[in-house]
Amino acid sequence: MSYIPTREEIIEDHDNVVYERTCLLTDNPLSYCPGCGHGTAHRLIMEVVEEMNLQADTIGVAPVGCSVLAYDFMNIDMQQAAHGRAPAVATGIKRLMPDKFVFTYQGDGDLAAIGTGETLHACNRGENITVFFVNNGIYGMTGGQMAPTTLPNMKTATSPFGRDTESMGYPLKITELIAMLPGTYYVSRQSVHTPANVRKAKKAIEKAIQYQKLKKGLCFVEIVSNCNSGWKMTPEESNKWMEENMFPYYPLGDIKVPK
Amino acid sequence: MKDIRLMKGNEAIAEGVIRSGCDGYFGYPITPQSEVLEYLMATKTKERTGMITLQAESEIASIHMVYGGAACGKRVMTSSSSPGISLMQEGISFLAGTELPCLLLNVVRGGPGLGTIQPSQSDYFQAVKGGGHGDYKMIVLAPASVQEMYDFAKLGFDLAFKHRIQVMVLSDGAIGQMMEKVELDEQIPRLTDAEIKQKYPWATTGKTPDRERNIITSLDLNPVKQEIININLQKKFKHIEETEVRFERIMCDDAEYLFVAYGSSARICQKAVLLGRARGIKVGLLRPITLFPYPSKELAKLAKQVKGMLSVEMSAGQMVEDVRLSVNGAVPVEHYGRLGGIMPAPDEVLNVLESKFIKEKNYELHTN
Repeated sequence: MSYIPTREEIIEDHDNVVYERTCLLTDNPLSYCPGCGHGTAHRLIMEVVEEMNLQADTIGVAPVGCSVLAYDFMNIDMQQAAHGRAPAVATGIKRLMPDKFVFTYQGDGDLAAIGTGETLHACNRGENITVFFVNNGIYGMTGGQMAPTTLPNMKTATSPFGRDTESMGYPLKITELIAMLPGTYYVSRQSVHTPANVRKAKKAIEKAIQYQKLKKGLCFVEIVSNCNSGWKMTPEESNKWMEENMFPYYPLGDIKVPK
Repeated sequence: MKDIRLMKGNEAIAEGVIRSGCDGYFGYPITPQSEVLEYLMATKTKERTGMITLQAESEIASIHMVYGGAACGKRVMTSSSSPGISLMQEGISFLAGTELPCLLLNVVRGGPGLGTIQPSQSDYFQAVKGGGHGDYKMIVLAPASVQEMYDFAKLGFDLAFKHRIQVMVLSDGAIGQMMEKVELDEQIPRLTDAEIKQKYPWATTGKTPDRERNIITSLDLNPVKQEIININLQKKFKHIEETEVRFERIMCDDAEYLFVAYGSSARICQKAVLLGRARGIKVGLLRPITLFPYPSKELAKLAKQVKGMLSVEMSAGQMVEDVRLSVNGAVPVEHYGRLGGIMPAPDEVLNVLESKFIKEKNYELHTN
């Protein structure tokens, strides 16, 4: 009888490997809730940085919010920015290190509330940086408070009876807003909640990183994501809720593509 | 031949940062310091030395651009005036927490609020005691001439990188706007990226296989570690207090009375010393050049010699607290200040000194 290799031996034989965790993610266990999209988004960005062989040329900026500790998970040089200020910090880096790949990774409260000014003006100046924007319509780390992207009637810790648009305003479509500015070069909205969407999101991330080399303006990828803890749902319920409620308001796909 | 020019204080510091190898300036216009950004733009820094000059959308954005550049080991700076510096406090606290070197300029105007555009010294507490959140200090340099505005650009960068600390040049509307002759130095070349990588191994220059990744953060959720971080910061401030005190003694050797003043007020008191000597009063001036670290030991020494000290500031009495802490009750310390953008005159401060310490009868003080 011929020898049957063990599972471990099969995996050890590198020719058999069809998929591997990227070496640009550290071994630190992710601090995100099970079911959250942040981990997938981190992985996709780091995979692309690895595939493009950009580790030595990348400087990332982590925000305030759930991904405040992004630098614990990404094996690249990173700076932690004050709440909302990542696009300004990235501007400082890119202007002085124009040949580096510089990106920010921000949530909705960070990018579309406290950092609206920095976001809008970095876009408007056409800073040659890439912005990854994770939009889950809520403040996750702070404990589920209303965000600028919270949907009408959505219940949060600070809108316990639902977001009343008359007194609390409307969800901010900042991605559509910045797509109108001549300083942005590529703007896309994706999600990472199904394998098909993960593949599409990765393509968008690839473009947003690739295009930075052209120095033609800011590249922006929004990832509409779930917050099962903040939304008080199971991961499965939250993904279904996201499809039914978030996607109609924040439709997926490219919003601005290079001519 | 020496390169001597007639310049405004704001222009002199702008020229100073270019010549000291600055890599980037990020700022937002505000009176009375807009000449800094205007000068840098007009002189085409990118073409001259490769230095980047960028007008930001706000003071908040400016200081965080400084953060991004400083974290890459670059020589970066911003400048503003009082209300703008208030906006920057968030970023300054983050720079302090991450120990990033940078140069900040405050050309102080009268406050509070929008106040006035005339010179004032009412931001002393904010600059010297740590204006943002958390336990931190900056090195604070107080120029009293246009030459010092120029000189403190290089000195500021040198101190900032020596101690990995923020250095603030605390000027005022008078020093920023007035014109004097300035002697300029040779251009110092900017560091190359390779030199930065070698000199500042902590900088985020891109993770290469020869080192671990560099992370610039002021966050540590573990209070035990956070306390250690804070204790180490305090040790650094202590070391700076022991090694970087700078001051100027003017006619102090035989002084019986002492003015203590910095910046514009020191210039006024310098004249008042001469007037006093003409009146037969043995008066001197101690001019702190570093406001943090403060020349406390020198003042304590002088307290054994003089009969009284008058702290003259264009504020309601801020630095006077440090004078009193320094002399610790050994000698009477009084304060005289003008507010809201008014500068005192030399005879005015001399009269106050006389009335406080020498004459029995109080003067009717000069007011508007």
